[in-house]
Formats: sequence, C-alpha cells, structure tokens
Amino acid sequence: METAEKTLDEILTLAATHFKVPREKLSPDEDFFKALGIDSLQTLDLLTKLENHFHVELPDYELQGVTDFRTLAGKIQARL
Amino acid sequence: MVVTAKGVAPSVEEFKGQTLSWQVNSGIIELALYRTPCNELGSLSLGDLEQFALALGQLENNAHALIVHSELKSGFCAGADLRELYQRSQAIAKDDAVRQVRDFLERIHAVLNRIDASPLTTIAAVHGVTFGGGLELALTCDLIIADKTARFAFPELRLGLIPGFGGIPRLKRDVGNAVIRDLLLTGRSFNSTKAQHIGLVSQVVSEGEALRAARATATQIGKFDRHTAATAKQFIKPVPYEELRREIDIFCDLFSRPTVQAGLKKFVESTATQPYLP
Repeated sequence: METAEKTLDEILTLAATHFKVPREKLSPDEDFFKALGIDSLQTLDLLTKLENHFHVELPDYELQGVTDFRTLAGKIQARL
Repeated sequence: MVVTAKGVAPSVEEFKGQTLSWQVNSGIIELALYRTPCNELGSLSLGDLEQFALALGQLENNAHALIVHSELKSGFCAGADLRELYQRSQAIAKDDAVRQVRDFLERIHAVLNRIDASPLTTIAAVHGVTFGGGLELALTCDLIIADKTARFAFPELRLGLIPGFGGIPRLKRDVGNAVIRDLLLTGRSFNSTKAQHIGLVSQVVSEGEALRAARATATQIGKFDRHTAATAKQFIKPVPYEELRREIDIFCDLFSRPTVQAGLKKFVESTATQPYLP
C-alpha cells in the first residue's frame, strides 16, 4: 500500500505534468483550482486522470468542497 | 444526387450546420458535433439534428455505419442546454413552459428514436464529458467506444428531474438495474474503465483515439452483409417506445414542480468551481 506522503507526491507530479505547471510551484495545502488555473470541466479531467493512475473510483460527491492537494490525497488514500 | 422537378437538389451526403456536420466516406457516415462549450443540446442543436434525421433515410441507402463524435476538446456532450431551458421557462407562464418542454422532448425523442432504429450499425465515439443528454445520445448507438478521458453521468436528479431524452429506458436495455440506480440516484460520474466493466462501453482506447477506433470498427462492419446486420440489430436491440413515452410524461410532471425552477436557477447562476458535481 502506498503511504499518504507518496500518494500526495504522485498527485502533485501528475497535476503538474498534465496541466503543464512547474512541479516546484505546487504545494500540498494550496488551492488546486487557483494553482492549476482549471475550470470545472478540467477538474473532471483531473479526477479521471487520478482514478486511472491510482486505479480507484472517486465519487464526485466525496470531492465536493475539496480544494487542496493534501485533502484530495487523503480521499484517494482511503480508497487504495 | 436527387433530381427533382425543379432540377438537381443539394446532396444530402454532406452538411455543415451551426452545431454539427455530417459527411459520408466509404459507406461510413460521420456526424460531428461542435457547438461550444460542450455540445449542449438546445434548440439550435435540435434543429440540426432534425435535419440529420430527415436526411438519414437517403444516407442509409449508401452507407453501412454511422459514427457520432465530437470535435470539441471538452468532451462528447454535456447534455441539455440548461441555460436556454431556464431562460425560456422564465419568460412565459408555467403551463406554457411545460407545453414547450413537452414539445422539445417530443422532437428530440423523434430524432433519437430514428437514430436508434436505423438499420445501420451505429457507433458513438466519446471522450471527456458525456453527461445527461450526451449519454442519452450515445445510448441510442449500438456501440460506445470511449477514450480514457471519458466520464459518464446522469446528474438530472440534482435539478429535481429525471433524464428526459430516453436515458433510463435505453440504459435499462443495456445494463443491470443496480447500475442504473447507482448512476441515477447518486448523480455521480464514472470513467470509461468502469463504464466498460459494467457493459456500457464496448472498447476503451487511449486519449484521442476513439474516432480512429470507431472508424476501424465501422470498416470491419462493412465487410458483413448489410441485410443480415440490420436483421440482427432489429432482433437484439428493440426500441423501448412505450417506456420512452412514459418518460416524457414523468419528466413533464416533474418539470412543473417549483423544485426544478429552483434547481435550474441555482445551476444557471452558480459561480462555483465545481458546478457539474452533485
């Protein structure tokens, strides 16, 4: 099983790569909507990327109100 | 080419409208959607789709397959144009709004039923957002080929509605009741891997490859006897007309409730970063 820190690191790397943002500019507690400059459709795209990467299912409603990478990592970690 | 009393009529083999286009190559009709932001189905799209349904009878004479796809990066189709629906319903009395909605549903059902019942083998090549009416359009097709970015959902319940473009009867035809309850009652979306696992999607391909895979599939289908393929389709994919009629009635009953107007208002006026999430 992956550790929470490893999960968080993989999310940050994946988001940086996919949305072409320098990895070092992303921090765990940052608002990812602002950091990545993404809208609702791109958020769904990110959700799909994360599900495919971690091989998990993330129901949309579990992510309602989640805006930072660390909380997002916790939600994924709970399904690994 | 069609020759009329007035001369040569324009070919139906090609069309370019405001929201979609179609063309025929090697017996494959390609219907491409391109209304920004994500092919929302409103009166403009319906008008173009009606043109397509009208032309389909002639197109079927020289084709064996139909591929429906989107040219937009955002996705296949985000469903009904809720902004138009809300704005139109605000401008008129409630009874008139319900009548207008029923008229729209009758028209779009006629188009989707026509595609569903076509003797051609039909393929939806989808990517990205395939929600609500977009999923309902895909469900009229015999096969759904999805790339890895595709997400499927029926988010209508959060507006106090049920899917209105034939979604439930067609989903019932294809997948188990537990899946339908999950999709409908939670409003959650799921990805193409899950969609293939439950039997909704027949092939999952890499990002950007759905149309190519659909063309390859359509070319293979072209090797079979057309009459046999059409007969097999008629036998294994009946159109659930009675349930589709019932769906329109239920939708219109629900649409007259204040909950729906409140839900639409909330959606249209929302500035939230996650408006597509229930």
